[in-house]
Amino acid sequence: MPSIPLLKYRQPESVFAWQDGNAISAQRFLTDVVSLAELLPARSHILNLCNDRYRFLVGFSAALLRGQISLLPPNQTPDLLNRLKQHYADLYCLTDAADYRGPLETLHFPDLSQLVLPPTSIPEIPASQIAAIVFTSGSTGNPMPNEKSWGSLTRSVTAEAQRLSILDRGNLTLLGTVPPQHMYGFESTALIALQAGVILHAAKPFFPADIGAALNGIPGPRALITTPVHLRTLVASDVDLPELELIVCATAPLTRELAMQAVTRFGAPLREIYGFTEAGQIASRDTATTDVWQTLDGLSLREEDGVIYVSGGHVVGELPFSDVAELHSDTTFSLHGRTADLINIAGKRTSLASLNHHLNAIDGVLDGVFFMPEEHDGNTVRLAAFVVAPDLDTREILAALRLRIDPAFLPRPMHKVDALPRNATGKLPRASLATLLQQYKGAA
Amino acid sequence: MNTAADIKDTGFEQELAQHIVTALNMEINPAGIDPLAPLYGDAGLGIDSIDVLEISLVITKQYGVQLRSDDENNVRIFSSLRNLANHVQQYRIK
Repeated sequence: MPSIPLLKYRQPESVFAWQDGNAISAQRFLTDVVSLAELLPARSHILNLCNDRYRFLVGFSAALLRGQISLLPPNQTPDLLNRLKQHYADLYCLTDAADYRGPLETLHFPDLSQLVLPPTSIPEIPASQIAAIVFTSGSTGNPMPNEKSWGSLTRSVTAEAQRLSILDRGNLTLLGTVPPQHMYGFESTALIALQAGVILHAAKPFFPADIGAALNGIPGPRALITTPVHLRTLVASDVDLPELELIVCATAPLTRELAMQAVTRFGAPLREIYGFTEAGQIASRDTATTDVWQTLDGLSLREEDGVIYVSGGHVVGELPFSDVAELHSDTTFSLHGRTADLINIAGKRTSLASLNHHLNAIDGVLDGVFFMPEEHDGNTVRLAAFVVAPDLDTREILAALRLRIDPAFLPRPMHKVDALPRNATGKLPRASLATLLQQYKGAA
Repeated sequence: MNTAADIKDTGFEQELAQHIVTALNMEINPAGIDPLAPLYGDAGLGIDSIDVLEISLVITKQYGVQLRSDDENNVRIFSSLRNLANHVQQYRIK
């Protein structure tokens, strides 16, 4: 059975990660992984909630060594964790937050710093081993699983590193503003450090000043892995950043204008990545100069009956695009608006169908619908919702929603109405909802 | 050191509330925000982490204050409008 090493392009003494200003060697990382692997309970599924990116990757790697599958759900609401628990009966969680309390059996990340172990060789992992299950929000409230093999994940991040021209770049540090628990951060800030020979930064800076401090705290060269939301805040702030070699952006569409501002402001090329959960990352573009996406090496596209399919490379089988796209060649395309049902705010994904399900499942809600307004100014777009619930006030509805959906998707505004503008067939035309929202805006 | 009780510059609280409501496109009256209610969660204003980024931008632009998430007082700073106003007043440079 073919296998792929856990770690590539690294000498034992070379820097693997930066954590709290300290360099961690590749050898130390391997020692931590082997040590933690011995401490993990005998289970088959793990939910890795570690906030520190280094500890997350040690946890993921230790689980991999033990043949345990890391679950990556779209959010960590109590409702979703309970659903996962029902489906994966032996699921436990690994956390580095001392005060974490959740519905799952919990292992707190142990202090491994005092361990002195002999040098460890680099573990080999079977390419066919399922390393992770990434979930999309299903329309019934139950998340839909997508299994990712170790071979597929490693091919994906290697193709990404090639496209970003950072494969085996040795001293380049990647600082991510996205969590490693979602697909983009998982691949582009964590797995890439295992497979592409670049250095992981353990922090997840939030405010612009945090990003500046984290970048200034490490020697160059540096790359920033971020999202449109963080990038917009960073560009608008007056924080001084050290020289950047590369900016990578993904999750939601980036405007040409913001891309150009970022390139001008930080003097670094900006490469945007496109992908979807089922296929992983698919393509990239230099958004400041082009609208056209170029597929990653090894992937090819074809169109049939208006649907575009991607295959080859790390993609298993042939998968349909969930977004509306126009094919230019078998490796280039333009996106024409993302599919209306998919919602992506600040790197968190869900679907309108899923949100509507959760809204209507609340006791006392007779009818309700979420609505995504057209993108308007530069601000982050927020969802709106209309609810028929005579016996609840909006605060009660929001409190119930908070238990079920990620806060990023909580509606703003939420309007209580006597009835939804359903047409003769019971459907809710987008235009009617837009008009309704406009009426409330006009009245405010 | 300032505590919630020290400063009762409600005029500044109102100014900051207006900035927050505008930045977050909220359809509420800034004067209606309880200065002592939590900003996070469903007990108060219901803001989340994306909102906090937006608020940080306004605070930097208007008052020159850079927020940091490793500030040990962060929980206190964002615990209410009054505490946020106190923090900004204390460190503002414009």
